[in-house]
Amino acid sequence: MNIPADLKYTSSHEWVRTEADGTLTIGITDTAQEMLGDLVFVGDAKVGETLKQGDTACVVESVKAASDVYMPVDGELVAFNEALEAAPETINSDAFGSWLFKVKPAAGASVSGLLDAAGYEAVVSAG
Amino acid sequence: MTLQRTPLFETHAASGAKLVDFGGWEMPLHYGSQLAEHHAVRTDAGMFDVSHMCAVDVSGAVPKSFLRRLIANNVDKLTVPGKALYSAMLNSSGGVIDDLIVYWRGGDNFRVVVNAGTAIKDLAHMKRVAESYDADLTPRRDLAMIAVQGPNAREKVFAVRPDWRAAGEPLGVFFAAEIGDVFLARTGYTGEDGFEITLPAEQAPRLWADLKAAGVAECGLGARDTLRLEAGMNLYGNEMDETVNPLDAGMAWTVDMKSDRDFIGRNSLESNGQSHALLGLKLLDKGVMRSHMKVITQHGNGETTSGTFSPTLGFSIALARLPLEVKPGDTVQVDIRNKLVDALVTKPSFVRHGNPLV
Repeated sequence: MNIPADLKYTSSHEWVRTEADGTLTIGITDTAQEMLGDLVFVGDAKVGETLKQGDTACVVESVKAASDVYMPVDGELVAFNEALEAAPETINSDAFGSWLFKVKPAAGASVSGLLDAAGYEAVVSAG
Repeated sequence: MTLQRTPLFETHAASGAKLVDFGGWEMPLHYGSQLAEHHAVRTDAGMFDVSHMCAVDVSGAVPKSFLRRLIANNVDKLTVPGKALYSAMLNSSGGVIDDLIVYWRGGDNFRVVVNAGTAIKDLAHMKRVAESYDADLTPRRDLAMIAVQGPNAREKVFAVRPDWRAAGEPLGVFFAAEIGDVFLARTGYTGEDGFEITLPAEQAPRLWADLKAAGVAECGLGARDTLRLEAGMNLYGNEMDETVNPLDAGMAWTVDMKSDRDFIGRNSLESNGQSHALLGLKLLDKGVMRSHMKVITQHGNGETTSGTFSPTLGFSIALARLPLEVKPGDTVQVDIRNKLVDALVTKPSFVRHGNPLV
């Protein structure tokens, strides 16, 4: 299965990349897109809001079901990938290349508590 | 509980289908992309394994009397061998036990095709009713069924089975022909032209492989649902069930009360009449309507019975059971995960032969 080693993960199938400036780039994993099926809408992103870890950041919707995407850490949601609104299916074809939103972590917030690739693989295998 | 498998299960597994539990059967949800499969049916040809449905052969001395009692539509309309009839089968309260298709095969032979999830219940009911008539019922679990649908479906079927063309090409819509042990019906559940082919189970994998080689797309249940909903076709368990009468499910056209034929459920239908309209909804914003969403109208609340994103139209559509006063053209609101979104009421049909109706 496709789980890049250089990313962090959550058990709710988000991937997280820490950028050089400390902001986080977040998307959903290949496993997530496979479970959801063909995506038709992305949106409802709470841009500009300060949220807690586990709060809903935005929504992705497939033909099958709507699914909340969660904040991996406390912080401010600073950007949403509006290009995906016109072409949500790019998440299906390239989940790790399709970022959904960016977060400026709150002071003291850290990604060290998130899963690494091996930890996420264990979550996926457990089913 | 182990899931049942059709004669084509190994084929689906080998094709990499995503398999899911559908009414106790292990069936393909899709083979990669349900959107691509949907578009294949609307623009070219796609095929579905529908072997989980159950064909029940009816024969005996006077099977017609049995069928006249059993179903709400009238088998007397089957005036030509091969003709098919869509009908509801009701309980004594007028609720729908199942929707089905009956074919007259000539003489005293009929074939009834019922849904997979209700087959056991349907058969038990049919057997009980048959006790009062000289009718023999034979469930045909030795048969498989493949639905090939789309503007190029029939031609592709003839391309792989040329000896079916002579009997198959002249078939009108809702007629069937029997060619050896193959039952070729010009019916379907997509709003496109095509055939539903019933044949001995052991012949199904070969036919599927030949059709695939001829460019017919393998299509799963995901596409089947978006296609049938665009075509405004009911799904048992959604638009109707044993607590819903056919008049409230948009099936009044399938209920024949012109004669004094005493079919099961007639009395209740005549007492209760119609209390709701089954209409279509077109969502006027982003989002996807699903079943069991509250619909707020000027004349009271209703509920969606089915909903999806329409791949052909590019927006969400739904069927909904609404107060009788609601009409196409009205604007209503649908409660989508606690947010009220505007929707336009339409007739309960959205796409026909690939063309938008809304």
